[in-house]
Amino acid sequence: MNRFLLPLGIFLVLSVFLAVGLKLDPREVPSPLIDKPAPPFQLALLQDPGKTLAPGDLKGQVWILNVWASWCVPCLQEHPLLVDLSKQSVVPIYGLNYKDARDDALKWLARHGNPYTLSAMDADGIVSIDYGVYGVPETYVIDKDGVIRFKQVGPVTPKVLEQKILPLVRRLQG
Amino acid sequence: MIPELGQFALIIALCIALVQGVLPIVGAARGDVTWMNVARPAAQGQFVFVVIAFGCLAYSFVNNDFSVLNVVNNSNSSLPWYYRFAATWGSHEGSLLLWVLMLTVWMVAVTLFSRHLPAEMVSRILGVMALISVGFLLFMLFTSNPFERLLPAAPDGRDLNPLLQDPGMVIHPPMLYMGYVGFSVAFAFAVAALLGGQLDATWARWSRPWTTMAWVFLTIGIALGSGWAYYELGWGGWWFWDPVENASFMPWLLGTALIHSLAVTEKRGGFKVWTVLLAIVTFSLSLLGTFLVRSGVLTSVHAFATDPARGVFILGFLVVVIGGSLALFAWRAPRVGLGGKFGFVSRESALLANNLLLIVAAASVLLGTLYPLFLDALGLGKISVGPPYFDSVFVPLMAPAIFLMGVGPLAKWKQAELPDLAHRLKWALVVALVTALLLPFTMGKWTPMIAFGLLLALWVGLSGFVNLWQRISQLRVANGLGTGAQLRGLPRGYYGMLLAHAGVAVLITGVTLVKGYEVEKDVRMQTGDTVEVGGYTFRLDGLVQVPGPNYEATRGLVSVLKNGKSVRTMFPEKRFYHVQQMPMTEAAIDTGFTRDLYVSLGEPVGNNAWVVRIYHKPFIDWIWGGAFLMALGGILAISDKRYRLARKTERELSTGAVAVTS
Amino acid sequence: MTRITAVLLLALAMPAYSNEAAPAADDPVLEQRVMRLTAELRCLVCQNQSLADSHAELAIDLKNQVRSQMKAGKSDAEIRDYMVARYGDFVLYRPPLKSNTVLLWGGPFVLLAAGALGLGFYLRRRRARLTEGELTSEQRARADALLRAGQKGGTR
Repeated sequence: MNRFLLPLGIFLVLSVFLAVGLKLDPREVPSPLIDKPAPPFQLALLQDPGKTLAPGDLKGQVWILNVWASWCVPCLQEHPLLVDLSKQSVVPIYGLNYKDARDDALKWLARHGNPYTLSAMDADGIVSIDYGVYGVPETYVIDKDGVIRFKQVGPVTPKVLEQKILPLVRRLQG
Repeated sequence: MIPELGQFALIIALCIALVQGVLPIVGAARGDVTWMNVARPAAQGQFVFVVIAFGCLAYSFVNNDFSVLNVVNNSNSSLPWYYRFAATWGSHEGSLLLWVLMLTVWMVAVTLFSRHLPAEMVSRILGVMALISVGFLLFMLFTSNPFERLLPAAPDGRDLNPLLQDPGMVIHPPMLYMGYVGFSVAFAFAVAALLGGQLDATWARWSRPWTTMAWVFLTIGIALGSGWAYYELGWGGWWFWDPVENASFMPWLLGTALIHSLAVTEKRGGFKVWTVLLAIVTFSLSLLGTFLVRSGVLTSVHAFATDPARGVFILGFLVVVIGGSLALFAWRAPRVGLGGKFGFVSRESALLANNLLLIVAAASVLLGTLYPLFLDALGLGKISVGPPYFDSVFVPLMAPAIFLMGVGPLAKWKQAELPDLAHRLKWALVVALVTALLLPFTMGKWTPMIAFGLLLALWVGLSGFVNLWQRISQLRVANGLGTGAQLRGLPRGYYGMLLAHAGVAVLITGVTLVKGYEVEKDVRMQTGDTVEVGGYTFRLDGLVQVPGPNYEATRGLVSVLKNGKSVRTMFPEKRFYHVQQMPMTEAAIDTGFTRDLYVSLGEPVGNNAWVVRIYHKPFIDWIWGGAFLMALGGILAISDKRYRLARKTERELSTGAVAVTS
Repeated sequence: MTRITAVLLLALAMPAYSNEAAPAADDPVLEQRVMRLTAELRCLVCQNQSLADSHAELAIDLKNQVRSQMKAGKSDAEIRDYMVARYGDFVLYRPPLKSNTVLLWGGPFVLLAAGALGLGFYLRRRRARLTEGELTSEQRARADALLRAGQKGGTR
């Protein structure tokens, strides 16, 4: 073989990687929590601060955890989708209200609709750190044993809902 | 009207570039002089039209034409005029236009300073450069039109990113791009030589000043960028190993290797294949940098707004240019001869080893920069590669290279003797070693890294002195002139080398001392509070509100006292830019030969108190001083008279030289 | 001018006492440890910044986490594990040595070794080839003449 072809070969391999790289999002970080038990917490409810929500209470059912905030602009983008989903009663959606003021959060739900079976308040964001939240909104699918099976960073799109979340939920329920 | 004129000028420039890229190259292949003669006027014409386009864009920016999308996105009527002008290259589109402008500047330079070159050579060089220009003009016109209109026009613009509103923005990008693009000349020389099958010592001599010039610009550009980051980002760092910094650093490392390899090719006719490959790869890395910054495959603080379509286009362009030239290399290189003979211990070997280290260093930077992408593409996980990696890999690779910097220039061409070298350098080594071990004690702290850094710096500096001294004493024996006459008699290229190497020593000194002895204090200050840092007392005398042209600043008044006497007042600012709603920290820096004082305002913490961050940074300016010495060394080398006087004789000689060396 | 006046006015208005400024952090030693560790952790919401350098809200929260865990007596390694468990290896600017980073850490040195070996072999072979193709005395004389002419025109 001609050793002078080596640089060309290296470059071509490199460009294949770069081409693949164009399709990837360097800022999308896969969660190490997939297939791990959902981190436990015990947080006061948004509507009723006297009561609390804990993931342990939800064992035996498949559920969705959606991290949201009233100050979060992209949350508005996915919100109608979640409201729709909640009307179909396919899977319960629980909210984790991230670093928000109670009044603001309640007003926001009153204005845009409330898809959440219950919403817990993570006022200082500590629980969200346990869930590896870094960009609100984030959405988790948690199975009957309390194990995280899917995570979406950023707004849920109709495509993600139809092609990933719903099929997964049906499979986990079945 | 003006923007349309600019766009029209770009289209004409593209047409000229197409002609310039085809006719002269075909003409050179067929020996058709008329076709070859198209190259020079075409290059100059292309330059004129790109200047017109650039002028039109600058005009739109300076005159607040908010019917141009680019102006709306990157400027604002309250922005001072000089930043409106600099905003011309503040966007992806505008910076591409700057890129092409620089390319045509280099083309014109080639047309002016290549009268002594054979016509085929010049035609091929200008043709290759024009083909690169075609790629960039197409890219601009199809995916990134800087003149795109916005209808209806916006009432005002969204302002230039406040980080870019700085004198650095006016000077750093043009310098950096001159460097990046300058390597296209070396690239064009290499491709032209491969096309013509004429790779010899004369080729190396012709392309050497061009390569050095590009390297000088890149050195200055990188140094300016680093200095800018130092005072603008507000936390006193000067190099972050960010992908975009790496994108400029890799061509610099390879460009440095290329300069040294060219020296061997010129003087000894060796490394011909190697030199040509380096010339191609150096420019390829400049292009790759463009891709990395603009395609969105990596995250960086400096990246432009990205768009996958652009990425696809540039990648295609890369494959054509780099792939094409490497294929040409693979086809032609086997026919190139070996050049002069040399021993295992010789200056050739030292330079070759140095080349290897520089290239492995550049490859490591490339590996670290792209590794996250590789893993992600293979689905093997997502990781980050940051400064800790680069620091721990780069230092062990550069240390032997720097050791060789001391040995190489003293080694004889062809065959040197190790005992002789050891004998000549032993005092330099002993003095460097002893000083490096003892000096840190006098400065108050001894760590292995400080001693090691000082050792490298002293070694380079002292071996340079030994070199000069021995060269003079040899000459004195040979022709009996006085020292002054000897000093004047040595060629400028030699002084250039010494100066550039001294620059490296100065830079290492700066890096070592600032890393070793920097003092930082974060304090909460109210008016009247004092804090002592690095032997100076800093007193906050108050805070005033100062309106700026497009921002509102809170300015701290900080007195600096030494032994109870006020030596300076510093004015750190916290600015709030209205349009982008962005706070900015504007550090106050007192620059000195042996230290910088650096004061930056943090956040207000209540009770009229502010968090103030104060640094004492010993010898930090030596970092940039060293870089400028290197650049100065390059300029000195270019001004060497052998590049000017030799030109006439070269034409006759070049044909003969082929017979000898191949 | 206004700047000078402002300074003068302030100098006049300045209180007679002068206090030693309090460190911004309650515990400067701990704070240094926080900064050292967070300088090697990546801020997830930023473009490419360490937690130490970033002022993003999440970065500040995470820095507070680091600080409080240090106060609670956790080691640097434990805190790093805490971050990795939540955000993956992506948060580490110093990638850990694992099967998927062997090439990253070993690459430069493998390249150097390979390069050095290749160079050695090349030099040896080059020498052999040059000796085989030794010039005839006639060729050498011609070459010498040309080189001399070149030097006259070139370097003097």
